[in-house]
Amino acid sequence: MSDPSVIQATNLDKIYNPGTDEAVVALQDINLSVQPGEFVSLIGPSGCGKSTLLRLIANLIEPTGGALEVNGKVPSQARLDRDYGMVFQAATLYKWRTIAKNVQLPLEIMGYPRGERRRRAQQMLDMVELNEFGGHYPRQLSGGMQQRVAIARALVFEPSLLLMDEPFGALDEFTRERMNLELLRIWQQTQTTVVFVTHSIAEAVFLSGRIVVMSPRPGRISEIVEVDLPYPRDFETREDPRYFETVTAVRELLRDAHEI
Amino acid sequence: MSAARPNKNDGPNIIEQVIYYLPTALIAVSVLLLWEGLVRLFDVQQFILPKPTDILAEFVGEVRLFLAAGESSILFEATGATLWAAFGGFVIGCSAGVIIALITARWTVLSEATMPFAIAANSVPIVAFAPIMNNWFGLTNPASKMAIVAIIVFFPAMINTVRGLTLVDQRELELMRSYAATPFEILRKLRIPSALPYIFSALRVASALAIIGAVVGEFFGGPRATLGVFITQEASSFDFARAWAAIVMASLIGIGFYLVILTLERIMMPWERGDGQK
Repeated sequence: MSDPSVIQATNLDKIYNPGTDEAVVALQDINLSVQPGEFVSLIGPSGCGKSTLLRLIANLIEPTGGALEVNGKVPSQARLDRDYGMVFQAATLYKWRTIAKNVQLPLEIMGYPRGERRRRAQQMLDMVELNEFGGHYPRQLSGGMQQRVAIARALVFEPSLLLMDEPFGALDEFTRERMNLELLRIWQQTQTTVVFVTHSIAEAVFLSGRIVVMSPRPGRISEIVEVDLPYPRDFETREDPRYFETVTAVRELLRDAHEI
Repeated sequence: MSAARPNKNDGPNIIEQVIYYLPTALIAVSVLLLWEGLVRLFDVQQFILPKPTDILAEFVGEVRLFLAAGESSILFEATGATLWAAFGGFVIGCSAGVIIALITARWTVLSEATMPFAIAANSVPIVAFAPIMNNWFGLTNPASKMAIVAIIVFFPAMINTVRGLTLVDQRELELMRSYAATPFEILRKLRIPSALPYIFSALRVASALAIIGAVVGEFFGGPRATLGVFITQEASSFDFARAWAAIVMASLIGIGFYLVILTLERIMMPWERGDGQK
């Protein structure tokens, strides 16, 4: 593999219902390269195709044009190789499985032996600080706890890439800020590459090394913003002048994108 | 972040239970008293509506016969026979419905092709086939009643199972796709567990249908000791209290079936209960 990028999108297009009256250009001419260990956010108003881009990377949908490589492979191969873990907006835990069994689910499908499954699930639940809840069912946990279980489940098979589609969108502000800190800690601990879809400017700036600002109709990248804030970040990061500058910059870009 | 909900598994408090079921019991008792009172007041003929006390007397008489050594109760024998026919047909029909649903759900084309037929067949009054089943399997052969019960319960079991297997949450399905899971793994780890509530609601409906099917099948003829035959014979000899006692027996079978299924459901779907600790 000559290309070291985790994700390499070249002139990528996605049209829904192509060739019909209902054809929608969801993404047009996307060029993006994500390096190993990066934390990249996709931000933009609804309809800008940020989730579509994530789903293309995950091979949950197919592109209509351009080229996309994940870990130097076509996305379908990367999916078959289980190169990524995915976290959705809803925790999407299986309600009939206990928390520990939910975390073990990907390992079961990938054929890990029972002892290894238990050991790893326990380790992940320790990491998201839910080790006492292994025997509970999802409905007994709060929304924030469920989302931590979803993160544990996405990382349990140690994928090199973590794809997150507005994972904290349904949480209240307090919980969300705590989850952001927790996610950064996990990211640094696991060295995983993260692609994070959000519609919160504050969240994107706090978490990311780079922010991909997208504009709608048709969905395209309008600018990529580098965030000049050192890791590890904590509550004080949100009081750093550079934090406010970046938030303002991203907000203006989004406003411009909307007025086009 | 709120803490996990506390376990509600403190064990049922007997006084609370009594208070909970008290209104139901009171209504049942009032209805029976009203029935008894009205029949006495207006001197209703027993072939129109016997008194609850008469029905109870018949019932107690049969219980005595059943318990006495060397005697036998035809009512209890009939109940056993009808129970067996309903149970056998229920097991055969529901198993077939669930298995065929599993097979057709595996190949979407097949389930889409067969569903219209299943839905059409489900609206046919299948009890009308009872005389034909009696003809095929023999009037006195329990298989003839089992066959009619099996056909009646088959369609709701199959339709509900197919529905449960297909109406899977899209995100939950995408999660499986993201793991590159095989169709068989998706069936086993996602589709079947999500179909369980649908299957159990079908079984509950089927449990009532099974009794109806067995008794109606017996109306068209069968051995003396079956509830359907018992009811028709007692009714034609104007012994309505005995006929009503048999109807009570048929209801008891239905309630028993229902409770067994409810218990099974609670055992197989522990996540639906208040407590979740293993």
